[in-house]
Amino acid sequence: MFPDLEPLLPRVSKPVQYVGGELNAQVADEDEWDATPVRWALMYPDAYEVGLPNQGVMILYEVLNERPDALAERCYAVWPDLEALLREHRVPAFTVDGHRPVGDFDVLGVSFSTELGYTNLLTTLDLAGIPLHTADRDESHPVVLMGGHAAFNPEPMTDFVDVVALGDGEEVVGDITGVIRDWKAKGRPGGRAELLDRLAVTDGCYVPARYDVTYGDDGAIAAVEPVGGAPRSVQKRTTRDLDDWPYPKAPLVPLAETVHERASVEIFRGCTRGCRFCQAGMITRPVRERSLQGIGEMVDTAVRASGFDEVGLLSLSSADHSEIAEITKGLADRYEGSNTSLSLPSTRVDAFNIDLANEISRNGRRSGLTFAPEGGSERIRRVINKMVSEEDLIRTVSEAFAQGWRQVKLYFMCGLPTEEDSDVLEIAGMAHRVIKAGRAASGHNDVRCTISIGGFVPKPHTPFQWAPQAHPDVVDERLRKLREAVNSDRRLGRNVGMRYHDGKPSLIEGLLARGDRRVGRVIERVWREGGRFDGWSEHFSFERWTEAAAAELGPLGVSLDWFTTRERDRDEVLPWDHLDSGLERDWLWDDWQEALAGGEQDDCRWTPCFDCGVCPSTGQDIQVGPSGTQLIPLTVASPVGGNRFGSA
Amino acid sequence: MARVRPGEAANPAPPTVQRIRVRFAKRGRLRFLSHRDIARAFERAVRRAGVPVSHSHGFSPHPRLSWIGAAPTGAASEAEYLEIGLTREVDPAQLVDALDRALPSGLDVLEAAVATPPALADRIDAVRWAVELPGVAEGELRAAVEALLAEESVVIERVTPSGRKQIDVRKALVKAAVVTASNGPGLATGTAAVAGCAILTAVVRQTTPAVRPDDVLGALDVVAGLTPPVPARATRMAQGLLDDSGELADPLGTDRVTAQV
Repeated sequence: MFPDLEPLLPRVSKPVQYVGGELNAQVADEDEWDATPVRWALMYPDAYEVGLPNQGVMILYEVLNERPDALAERCYAVWPDLEALLREHRVPAFTVDGHRPVGDFDVLGVSFSTELGYTNLLTTLDLAGIPLHTADRDESHPVVLMGGHAAFNPEPMTDFVDVVALGDGEEVVGDITGVIRDWKAKGRPGGRAELLDRLAVTDGCYVPARYDVTYGDDGAIAAVEPVGGAPRSVQKRTTRDLDDWPYPKAPLVPLAETVHERASVEIFRGCTRGCRFCQAGMITRPVRERSLQGIGEMVDTAVRASGFDEVGLLSLSSADHSEIAEITKGLADRYEGSNTSLSLPSTRVDAFNIDLANEISRNGRRSGLTFAPEGGSERIRRVINKMVSEEDLIRTVSEAFAQGWRQVKLYFMCGLPTEEDSDVLEIAGMAHRVIKAGRAASGHNDVRCTISIGGFVPKPHTPFQWAPQAHPDVVDERLRKLREAVNSDRRLGRNVGMRYHDGKPSLIEGLLARGDRRVGRVIERVWREGGRFDGWSEHFSFERWTEAAAAELGPLGVSLDWFTTRERDRDEVLPWDHLDSGLERDWLWDDWQEALAGGEQDDCRWTPCFDCGVCPSTGQDIQVGPSGTQLIPLTVASPVGGNRFGSA
Repeated sequence: MARVRPGEAANPAPPTVQRIRVRFAKRGRLRFLSHRDIARAFERAVRRAGVPVSHSHGFSPHPRLSWIGAAPTGAASEAEYLEIGLTREVDPAQLVDALDRALPSGLDVLEAAVATPPALADRIDAVRWAVELPGVAEGELRAAVEALLAEESVVIERVTPSGRKQIDVRKALVKAAVVTASNGPGLATGTAAVAGCAILTAVVRQTTPAVRPDDVLGALDVVAGLTPPVPARATRMAQGLLDDSGELADPLGTDRVTAQV
């Protein structure tokens, strides 16, 4: 259908994002399309520039396209300018690979990293001609499948999605493909209802329509009951050995500009640091490291296949890989003199990190280091279990500035449980001391410290799932005072940059994160009133959300505040209690109480088990090195290796 | 000027020993690439192809790719040019081949030549365009072109990010003609010419700001009220030095080697 789209493209901004044609993209021809039983449209529900680099979509795209019984194409949210033209000219939502209508696929799989992408799925469903509500769909419509971290509480989206995939996607997409393939091969027995029944008993798949939710007089959930043969609780999927899944092998290389211009290699999955605010760290346990050799091969493959000049070593806390020193040194040696640089999302604050950073910058730039103390005071850092002492931080940044680094970025959160003004104001003192230490260590005044502050949103499956969310007015007021404190000393304050967003979007994110099925009607109303791209400040409208929440939730006896700023008690049925991330509910509760008491929790990677419950329930142990292997010393002949260009 | 601080290594970039000029096409749906998109795609392609491209010095070394007058976003082209700095001498034919294979289909490397004086910029002062106008009748277009050529000056206004600009289209226009779809120039927009699609060819002198195909269409609107029902598709067919007969001399000269496909 590209000919239908093409005349519209000269009239929209950045048309290149809609044309596909990326290096390593895969487009099925008509014969292949006809011969393939299960066709997936994979959607990342944000703009192309954000969605294209998403690792999850890229991995599943390759995994599915390697299967003989499946094919996958991609789609992204279209900007309002193109949406209007598509409606005007009756052109449906399309994939960027084959420019096929999304409605022609068997599955529309959507990966939600953040709840603020929810309205964008509704736009795509509507443009694709797929009924918004799962109840209104029939066999001719794709199965709408939701995955990603937000899927661990999909309840606000259950009006709109047919199936939810919990946990790692590599294997479950194969299982879903098998179920759909067999059902189609047998002539679609029992229609769509039977297909959903079959998916409801597939490991890691949750079919919301197979569960009845009832509410009590207090507004909270009374019970969640499975109907038909659906299991009482759905357990997440866990990919055991990352070395068996070296994806993406051929990263997509966009023609348009995107937010990450690099090849990424996931060096381990999961995290056991136990930061209590961090949903990702909780729901991706246990830690599974990719081996040194596996990483070495993936980096080589990715650089050769993409031509990127930067490789990101991804994970939730990359410096924690048990062989990180060997990995970085080995890669820096391999790419010496090749203008290939490495990047490491680093969060740990210690001298070891500086050695790593120096190694990593050997072939590239040495601009800035990023640390995430997350909390301004020692007290609040104990509450969130982010155990970084200011002493360590100052020692680390002194070392960094002494070695030629010029800028330090510090990440914090505001609105944390038990937080008071003083906890936030201590961030200013910390920033000032960083500047002082930096000047002393570097011998000049030209050092920068940027403090970046995000609003805290309590998330499901974390010890803070019971916590009251701070009201945006409180957060905004604390940040105003913090700015004053930063600028109270002009001589130091002028070298401190401060970046933050207002607290309002965080409150809506909180509603969507911990909401139940009743929140679905708020999402739909916001979308009908024009809500799009809620993760973008220029498109987000707080008033649209608060008004829709008041109109839709009020008659049900609940409210925006009820879902966000209210503290839950231990016995309340949480909307996601029947979805099993492996964590013991009792352990989460104890850790929440421990947080309120200011107690710490160690990292079980290095210290004895504290029974969070994940290993027994996923049948998997933490997997950390040393692997006993070596980073294979690949010969690098030409700048990026290979023999494609002979010598003159 | 950046001071070298402790811990910062000087960049040991090897020098440029050869420069090769390349002609490439932007075709089909890749016509929607902007110049920045194309530059990024080439930077990655030279790396994938293992081309020994030289780099600028400093903390943020960039590959030495020099560009000349990119066609606008949305316009296809058969005649885009760049010059590549190399750290060792390579065979231009091999470069064409390796680079073309490393680029996505639609960015197609066509020919190359070792750079010799004068500079590429001094070998180009005009562009030949072909513009497909679906839904515009040939007779209507012919009348509009005749009306435009009859004027001495036709000024249109273009809104740019930096404000409104007055552009004299007629002054920059060297010649213009209408060709029928059946004997058209073989356009590269990926769409076969269809009946009822008039094609305009125009040779436009390089000016500041450059007169683009859209500006020519704007001028046709001014003189004859011509408004295409759907967006026109423009293709840059050639660039070069104008000779006395209004033809364009090939900027790569006689030394060029062409792709072996």
